[in-house]
Amino acid sequence: MKSGKFAAWAAMILGVAYFLAPLIATFEFSLRMRRGEYSFDAYRVVLASGNFRDSFFYSTVLAFVTIIVGVLVVVPTAYWVQLRLPRLRGLVEFITLLPLVVPAIVLVFGYIKLYGSSSILPLTATSLGADALLMFGYVGLGLPYMYRSVETALRSIDVRTLTEAAESQGAGIFTILFHIILPNIRSGILSGAFLTFAIVIGEFTFASLLDRPAFGPYLQLIGASKAYEPSALAIIAFALTWACMGLIQLFGSGVRFSVDKP
Amino acid sequence: MSFLALTGIRKTFGAHAVVRDFNLSVERGEFVTFLGPSGCGKTTTLRMIAGFEAPSAGEIRINGQDVTHLRANKRAIGMVFQSYALFPNMTVAANIGFGLKVARRPAADLKARVDEMLAMIKLPQLAERYPYQLSGGQQQRVSLARALAPSPQILLLDEPLSALDARIRVSLREEIRALQRKLGITTIFVTHDQEEALSMSDRVVVMNEGAIEQVGTPSEIYNAPVSRFVASFVGTLNLLNGRIVDASSGAIDIDGQRATTARKLNGAKPGDILPMALRPEALRIGVGGDDRNTLAGVIEDVAFLGAVVRVRVRLAEAAVIIDTFNTGANDLPALGAPITVNFGRDDLIPLLAH
Repeated sequence: MKSGKFAAWAAMILGVAYFLAPLIATFEFSLRMRRGEYSFDAYRVVLASGNFRDSFFYSTVLAFVTIIVGVLVVVPTAYWVQLRLPRLRGLVEFITLLPLVVPAIVLVFGYIKLYGSSSILPLTATSLGADALLMFGYVGLGLPYMYRSVETALRSIDVRTLTEAAESQGAGIFTILFHIILPNIRSGILSGAFLTFAIVIGEFTFASLLDRPAFGPYLQLIGASKAYEPSALAIIAFALTWACMGLIQLFGSGVRFSVDKP
Repeated sequence: MSFLALTGIRKTFGAHAVVRDFNLSVERGEFVTFLGPSGCGKTTTLRMIAGFEAPSAGEIRINGQDVTHLRANKRAIGMVFQSYALFPNMTVAANIGFGLKVARRPAADLKARVDEMLAMIKLPQLAERYPYQLSGGQQQRVSLARALAPSPQILLLDEPLSALDARIRVSLREEIRALQRKLGITTIFVTHDQEEALSMSDRVVVMNEGAIEQVGTPSEIYNAPVSRFVASFVGTLNLLNGRIVDASSGAIDIDGQRATTARKLNGAKPGDILPMALRPEALRIGVGGDDRNTLAGVIEDVAFLGAVVRVRVRLAEAAVIIDTFNTGANDLPALGAPITVNFGRDDLIPLLAH
């Protein structure tokens, strides 16, 4: 019994160290910009940079739009598969796993080929089009995580009976989806949203090859040309990402639909 | 014209027919129960009335309107589910008011109706609770109130008491029946519990393997079952093989002993073997009078069931069970002792051979 407890603690400490040690080391290094003493000089430099603010803001907005579009695509799909087309579950799961199998660089070259300026739908020809293309690319990248989170949440509720109960009350499909299903799979949607947010904030390949002013390429640029700032940037990005996730959690779990109060 | 009419309803899943040739007319305000074992098609039939399943053939009419292909949310039907199916994200009041909100009823009407429903189910103090904060019985009451709040044309109850414990089940079934009588709402109730079916219904539809075996009042179903299945499914039953001696006089031979049935033996010929049903409570211990049948046997088993003492008597090949009231006497019949039992001629019920 005692040895089991010891092993559990050892495994936990090892796990925590595995995640925290690089973070602590990065943080410690980011404070060494001033010779002979610790300081926040690197942070001051990073935060004073307009490029940092612009790129982070760009990626944050893009992440939120990606999450919204992802939810709008994934929730009805997963709901419909669960309710009416359970035989297609395997196929849909396979499709949602594809972004994990196909490298991002292959995907983005495919996008450029399909939506380049000489194609029928030249999305890359305009800034807004390229932003949209990047967002859709991110929806695809987040698909495996968003779909699994939503699907797991859907499995934890009795989708069929809740749907039928709502139908017998006269509700149509949109009322059922937005007032019954969505609020009851909120935890799954939030999990998917966290993962999507984290992916979008740090993504480099898509943004770089589509030439968008995102945070990923900015991180890479700073990392290639500076010494202490990339570490400070990594810590700031880490903190901001977690702060954004906290906000999503806060607002997401605080949502109460008007139908709650007749 | 009946209020709810199901004509030639058939439902197949692949090659398997789960409901076959289902015809039923239900009058306005009637309480009809679909009774049968698991997989007999009773819930599928209920789901077709609700609009959750489309019939493979046949027609469903409500108040004269063909609703066979009408979507569930357009049928104005209230449904109560076995698993309650309350919306977990909504309070009790919001659950009850959901249908009214969907129908865009004015806020004042909605609140008044929700309050009325809460008073009806005697749970006004729980309006702001969430489903997870309620007991099973309370959840099912709320589910009933939610189903009734929009004043549906028909109330459908899909085994609503199955998930509850025995005491709550009895009290809730009495409440449901009282409410149904008070509101006069046409109700279809699905159950596999014969006691629920017999105690609550105006009429019972006994189903087996996707088809109707018998439709009748609880008394008809219990006292005059038309088939071996109905007789054995509804209540405890002695099933005996009777060899016809004289069909016109009702004389039959049971395990070498002569008996007479007052019921018709339509088309039976001397020598035919017919299954005969005999309810345990119809049997009395002792020799009967001239107008009663008497069978002799040996006591094989005695079971003390509280209010009832159940005695099994071996005739020859067959055995019969006798239920007698526990009168408080300490001396139970002795095993192996010879015994005679008697029963009325009307109690011996010939069944369809199938």
